[in-house]
Amino acid sequence: MTGFSAIIMRDLRLALRSGGDALTLVLFFVMIGVVVPFAIGPDRELLARLAPGIVWIAAFLSMLLGLDRLFRTDHDDGTLLLLRSAQTPLAAVALAKMIAHWLLTAVPLIVATPLLAVMLAMDMQGFMRALVSLLIGTPALVALGAVGASVTVTIRRGGLIAPVLILPLAIPVLIFGVGAITTGPGPDQSGSALLLLAAISLITVALSPFAAGLAIASGED
Amino acid sequence: MTLRQGFDPLTLRATGLACRRGERVLVEGLDFEVGPGRALLLKGPNGAGKTTLLMTLYGAIRPHSGGFAFEGADADTASFMHLFGHQSAIKPRLSVAENLAFWAAVNGNSASIDAALDAVRLASIAWLDAGYLSAGQTRRLAWARLLVSPRPVWLLDEPTSALDAQGDAMVAQLIDAHLDQGGLVVAATHLPLALRDPARVTELRIGTTP
Repeated sequence: MTGFSAIIMRDLRLALRSGGDALTLVLFFVMIGVVVPFAIGPDRELLARLAPGIVWIAAFLSMLLGLDRLFRTDHDDGTLLLLRSAQTPLAAVALAKMIAHWLLTAVPLIVATPLLAVMLAMDMQGFMRALVSLLIGTPALVALGAVGASVTVTIRRGGLIAPVLILPLAIPVLIFGVGAITTGPGPDQSGSALLLLAAISLITVALSPFAAGLAIASGED
Repeated sequence: MTLRQGFDPLTLRATGLACRRGERVLVEGLDFEVGPGRALLLKGPNGAGKTTLLMTLYGAIRPHSGGFAFEGADADTASFMHLFGHQSAIKPRLSVAENLAFWAAVNGNSASIDAALDAVRLASIAWLDAGYLSAGQTRRLAWARLLVSPRPVWLLDEPTSALDAQGDAMVAQLIDAHLDQGGLVVAATHLPLALRDPARVTELRIGTTP
């Protein structure tokens, strides 16, 4: 087993053994879907029109909340320090941890999306588009989050600083993520929005491991 | 002298090295040279900068001024050092063997996991969750990480802390074996290490004693 896959396997194994974490995120995600209809009333048409935005806000906030865990435990027990001298370069370490993090946070959210779709009265087409949009957009959130988490990991109680730092950067993901679900009014532009979302994801995933690796490398200084 | 040359010879040379932690310069004007098969023991009171010096050599902290270099064939590769620090980097929810297998995979292994666990006398509880280990056993597991992927340079920070008398002897034996193979050791320690051959140990006193 190479170091890269060893890191992914270890993170998955640790998360599955301690459990709970992924479930809390999913609960938070679903809870937003539950709360919103109470806030804006039971108007099904209005809900259906707002649904894309609500789904993305729910996913966005849940992903941001889980961010801090990306590097925190490894930093606190000294693993991150030792990984500097590993044969696996730090950028690869960051990428492996991002993949594990995506599998542990984004995939459960995507699996729970049907629940949200039912509560927000989305039609089948809208639901399918929401699934695709989340599937393509969440890697960008993890990638941006990894940069924020790696920069703030040396701050002892930096729990919410990383989300606040990367929130402005993640706005385009939100815009095109929602754009990829909504079809009207006017001409249908969800296709091009999806392509732009994919472009953002690809670029951020390609670049952020290096940025995160660099941040970790200079963090101790 | 019968030197089993396990590693390519490697020399650490520091000239006018000064280390800082944050804004504070802790040690200044250090000149030392550690050759292959030699050990450098850092002595000094708490807060003298022993750990900072080790972290500087590890590359985690940039030197304040002056410099140091590892000279040798292995020094060109990315990973030729092991740090043994205060934190053991052990995941309590993974078993002893899984913890070690992770480091073997990440650091690139050429030794067997069973043999390394055997050397630190944890082989009989390899299946146990590392969270159930005592402080001393956790340190032994951290030692096994150094053994499972042989590397020429060991940077040891209080290598015998939390270990029992038998553990102290084990550490001394492991360091001796490492030096025999042409390895290089820099260790910060308060307790005397019972190393076999005092001739290959140099002491470096840092910090001012009040």
